[in-house]
Amino acid sequence: MSKIFTSGLICPLDKNNVDTDQIIPKQFLTSVSRDGFAEALFYDWRYLANGTPNPEFVLNFPQYQGASILLTRANFGCGSSREHAPWALQQYGFQVIIAESFADIFFNNSVNNGMLLIQLSKTNIEMLFNRCAQGPQQWQIDLASQEIMFGNNAAMGFNIDPDIKQRLLLGLDFIGSSEQLTPQITAYEQQRKASMPWLG
Amino acid sequence: MGQTLYQKIYQSHVVGKLNPSTDLLYVDRHLIHEVTSPQAFSGLRLAGRKVRRTDLTFATMDHNVSTQRRSLDAAGETSRKQLEALAENCAESQIPILDLTHPDQGIVHVIGPEQGLTQPGMIIVCGDSHTSTHGAFGALAFGIGTSEVEHVLATQTLPQQQAKTLKVEINGELSPHVTAKDVILAVIGQLGTAGGNGYVAEFCGETIRDLSMESRMTLCNMSIEMGAKAGLIAPDETTFAYLKGKAHAPSAEHWTAAVSYWQSLHSDSDATFDKIVVIDASSIAPQITWGTNPEQVIAVDTPVPAPESFSDESKRHAAERALQYMGLTAGQKLTDCKVDVVFIGSCTNSRIEDLRAAASVVGTKKVAAGVRALVVPGSGIVKRQAEAEGLADIFKNAGFEWREPGCSMCLGMNDDRVAAEERCASTSNRNFEGRQGRGARTHLVSPAMAAAAAIAGKFVNIASGDWA
Repeated sequence: MSKIFTSGLICPLDKNNVDTDQIIPKQFLTSVSRDGFAEALFYDWRYLANGTPNPEFVLNFPQYQGASILLTRANFGCGSSREHAPWALQQYGFQVIIAESFADIFFNNSVNNGMLLIQLSKTNIEMLFNRCAQGPQQWQIDLASQEIMFGNNAAMGFNIDPDIKQRLLLGLDFIGSSEQLTPQITAYEQQRKASMPWLG
Repeated sequence: MGQTLYQKIYQSHVVGKLNPSTDLLYVDRHLIHEVTSPQAFSGLRLAGRKVRRTDLTFATMDHNVSTQRRSLDAAGETSRKQLEALAENCAESQIPILDLTHPDQGIVHVIGPEQGLTQPGMIIVCGDSHTSTHGAFGALAFGIGTSEVEHVLATQTLPQQQAKTLKVEINGELSPHVTAKDVILAVIGQLGTAGGNGYVAEFCGETIRDLSMESRMTLCNMSIEMGAKAGLIAPDETTFAYLKGKAHAPSAEHWTAAVSYWQSLHSDSDATFDKIVVIDASSIAPQITWGTNPEQVIAVDTPVPAPESFSDESKRHAAERALQYMGLTAGQKLTDCKVDVVFIGSCTNSRIEDLRAAASVVGTKKVAAGVRALVVPGSGIVKRQAEAEGLADIFKNAGFEWREPGCSMCLGMNDDRVAAEERCASTSNRNFEGRQGRGARTHLVSPAMAAAAAIAGKFVNIASGDWA
């Protein structure tokens, strides 16, 4: 049984430490909505100061239009906790991000939005960038078998936390799952109030 | 086997298990602000859920308030809508809020401790990465995203997996003019911006024990800049003395029991850490960032490094790009660099001790011609105290702008921004590209270093003594 999680074009963003201020700059954070952030993604890199697309930024290259898998380097998503960052990536069209490492808060925020974040060794990331250097790549990501499939029977495996895998495959409701423990929450609150009344 | 402080706090908050590796942890304090909460409240409404513990949830307005005028509409139309949404959401759910009409309003990580909301042994979360600040009290405090804010509002809990533990032991006496800001910048310089990924960092050692609460907050505040999930410092007499009498601190009736519990909150002598770093504080000089992430930092009297000096190829590329963005050349001394803007403020360095340090450097001197200098106190309480102590007059007489509390130029969500290619000496926490404004060139420094830069019109080595 093999479930294809996603299949799509890769956009290689060859940078370490891409922070959430770059993924979505501050001026787009005053919205009270969860939508409408696609245009804001990588704004300062994607657009020149006069508002026209920056032809030197990889997302604007003609061969990467329609990309749904982002390949990048170490510590992606560092900095601010803004969930607007995964919202912008997702609304732009990225469903999967492959990197050497991710910042913790960004990782959780992305998973909570149903995105698949794949962490690979530096060597494997280098191999993937080398593949991209040969021309536009179309890969399939099989979450069930934990494989990135390049076509022609070539594939690379990846590790993923079994709970996250489960959540993504089943599309579990984040809050709903915890609400099943409501009796335990209530019991904890009663015990807490009795033993440490100053906590409120 | 003994437990670390982190493990003790974690274990005492387990409500139940969600699956073999994920626990549901109880949250003692949930701090919210206008930027990362509106979508969480919308989500609750959409699902027909209510806020479970309105009495453990506290709100403030800070990220995009104007620091010039205490009015909801002073920072523009979209900011006004967001601030109003917070006010409405809090009114609807009866969540206490320090809004712009409240005299104690301020930056969420300044007011939490000031109000006594932050206490040892708690789990504290907020939709803001600098929630790590509250770890200074021996609380497990970390930033969360909006989906998690919604989760905490609905259940007062959060699913978590145990993080790895990192011990950062700092010993030795700090040199004159070297502050907690310099210490944490030096630590980040050594460990790197991802050095703490997956870890909760506990700071300990004689240097830490001698630090004030304000300094400890500065230290823990920037733990996130090395990627750590949280920073922690075991509570001690300094912590208890700070908390006593604060508005939300334990009442007299419970004080003794609370302190007795707090005294148990330390890593056991036989606890093991996944990683240990030992740092000699006496070797730390005043620090300044030269690049576009906080690990790109040097002692102020050393030259800007050459990209070739980095053995790692990606770090070499990052350095090349950073030098270009910052308008610097390798080998240059930052003490030869003029500054255009000076920002003293942010959740890192806007507390009374920071303002005292900056004011003592300023004295009767004047801000250099052509320099725009701002002091933005972290809260109404800090502001009033600084005014009572005469610090505000020192700043104003020198030519600094004395502002209202808010996050301000740290991230420029309001109208306090640095223009393209302007160079800013900033006491904030992030020198990312565009953080303070598109094309802005941020150098992170301590409050004393920032004040000295404002006077000299260029960066100076505050420790050299001959700069003014």
